[in-house]
Amino acid sequence: MSEAQIKNLEEMFEQRIANDEKIEPKDWMPEKYRKTHIRQISQHAHSEIIGMLPEGNWISRAPSLRRKVALLAKVQDEAGHGLYLYSACETLGISRDELYEQLHSGKAKYSSIFNYPTITWADIGAIGWLVDGAAIINQVPLCNTSYGPYARAMIRVCKEESFHQRQGYEIMMTLAKGTPEQKEMAQDALNRWWWPSMMMFGPTDDMSTHTEQSMKWKLKRKTNDELRQQFVDQTVPQADLLGLKMPDSDLKWNEEKGRYDFGEIDWDEFWQVVKGHGPCNKERMAARVNAWEEGEWVRDAAMEYAKKQEAKKLNKAV
Amino acid sequence: MENKDLVQYIYGIADNALILGQRLSELCGHGPNLETDIALTNISLDLFGQTRSYFQYAAQLLGEDKTEDDVAFLRTERQYKNVLLVEQPNTNFAYTIARQFLFDVFHLSLLENLQNSSDATLNAIAKKSIKEVSYHLRFSGDWVKRLGDGTEISKQKIQEAVNALWRYTDELFHLTEADKVAVEGRIGVDTSQLKDAYYEKVEELLQEATLTIPEEKYFQKGGKQGVHTEHMGYLLADMQYMQRAYPNMKW
Amino acid sequence: MEKNWPLWEVFVRSKNGLEHRHFGSLHAADAEMALENARDVYTRRSEGVSIWVVESKHITASNPENNGELFEPAQDKVYRHPTFYTLPDEVKHM
Repeated sequence: MSEAQIKNLEEMFEQRIANDEKIEPKDWMPEKYRKTHIRQISQHAHSEIIGMLPEGNWISRAPSLRRKVALLAKVQDEAGHGLYLYSACETLGISRDELYEQLHSGKAKYSSIFNYPTITWADIGAIGWLVDGAAIINQVPLCNTSYGPYARAMIRVCKEESFHQRQGYEIMMTLAKGTPEQKEMAQDALNRWWWPSMMMFGPTDDMSTHTEQSMKWKLKRKTNDELRQQFVDQTVPQADLLGLKMPDSDLKWNEEKGRYDFGEIDWDEFWQVVKGHGPCNKERMAARVNAWEEGEWVRDAAMEYAKKQEAKKLNKAV
Repeated sequence: MENKDLVQYIYGIADNALILGQRLSELCGHGPNLETDIALTNISLDLFGQTRSYFQYAAQLLGEDKTEDDVAFLRTERQYKNVLLVEQPNTNFAYTIARQFLFDVFHLSLLENLQNSSDATLNAIAKKSIKEVSYHLRFSGDWVKRLGDGTEISKQKIQEAVNALWRYTDELFHLTEADKVAVEGRIGVDTSQLKDAYYEKVEELLQEATLTIPEEKYFQKGGKQGVHTEHMGYLLADMQYMQRAYPNMKW
Repeated sequence: MEKNWPLWEVFVRSKNGLEHRHFGSLHAADAEMALENARDVYTRRSEGVSIWVVESKHITASNPENNGELFEPAQDKVYRHPTFYTLPDEVKHM
């Protein structure tokens, strides 16, 4: 194809997206669209899978049977969500194994929030409330994104996630209304998870590189700062209701603007964790690599068995 | 049958579901791939669901405002009456599958009989659980075949796991005092009657999986009397941590 | 040797009376496992009463480049639709 032809195709492509048409796997798409989507969808899938680990850390120690089954079902949902997203990504012509390879080699990124440790039971509440709360804000607009398989996966994910945040908030509520020891545990978890949750929306708009293109392709509908503001505005009243204090001395209601003003995020910490120096980056990666390597003989066995069965069937037919 | 005896009988059944569910839940996030991870967690969730039904009933029989969580988390090691088989660790995927299979065959036939119990609650729990456990057996049986008739490595690993766990199978068919009372009262199942059919079924599938039937003659027992393997203490320390560290709180 | 589990497409009937609908895909070593995995992955919240699985490679898909010749010729066949025919309002039950 000549450059002019490609340019023409690209224009038609952009026009389709502008018209709210969906792009489907076999449609022609600019190489950059494909690559950007592989990057974003796989990053999202990896985050789901790595995200199983900090919460999985408390399944065996959950304090009641009711909490245990809820947490187990939630972490299992994350595996399901990872699976839906990997599947969406595979429609772009890359295999799940290749995507794992990118994750395990450190080439692919995942959400930094999961590099923080879960050290008390209240952390499970805080993750559900804050981390899932932030994730929902990020994810809901994606149900309408331009790439069909991604949008469909996200619709399923959002539908299933509706119980996750409630689960977390209920844990926090129980702790906040419990003994002084429990309330302290809840406050401590809020203190540790608040700022990392704020960082989940990514760098400030003036530092963010992908925004404009992502907006056009409907990978994004609002900027990082707008989403972060939305998160603060909806979360502060929830904290008030719990009787917990936000760990931000600059946080206050701005009557004029009709929103909360908040303090400065520690961007040094953000970049540290992104670059692999968070408290648990190495542990998370080691756990994933280990599960994958330990599982190899199992996956191989299943393939070998399938082949033998297939051969048997053929022999019988002959 | 007195309540305290019935409660003991319930422990003998429900503790198996609790402890095996706990073991499987440890694997969530660490499976050989996503699909298998999700499947194992489903089995774990089924078992915890069954546990809760049994324990809610036990708590009601115990009275004194006892809850399912008191029953699940606040007994001492000697008071748990699960068989040794289910508390064995997840040494590798082959052990997980072998343990599951050896238990599922027993579990299904136990429930098939328990659904005729004269105790309406147990009988209802059994009826509901049979569907779940039939699926567990299908899953674990299929995997035994895949590993047995898969690669050289998988065959070796599953054979080793079956051999290692075989010595815990005989205990499934021992009757405790509580079992005997329950059988007399037409509430419980006489598991000693299930033994021949069990080995027949297990051996048939192992053969189909091209595996060798272990010739182990020395069997281990004790779980049903609360005398567990050394693994059990750690499992309980983990499981009971919150309830022990923060007594008398609501979660 | 191809060691990776192949990709399967999953179709689920949500309840009797409805058609099977494409739900997504997954990996499995064989058809039996694909069914079991589909049950575990896609019907955790009682979403289905029947499942079909088919290995993705067996699906033949039309090429969007041919959409013009495949689908546009149908667009001007308005006489296939009831609204094409004009009838007076007095005519009932039609």
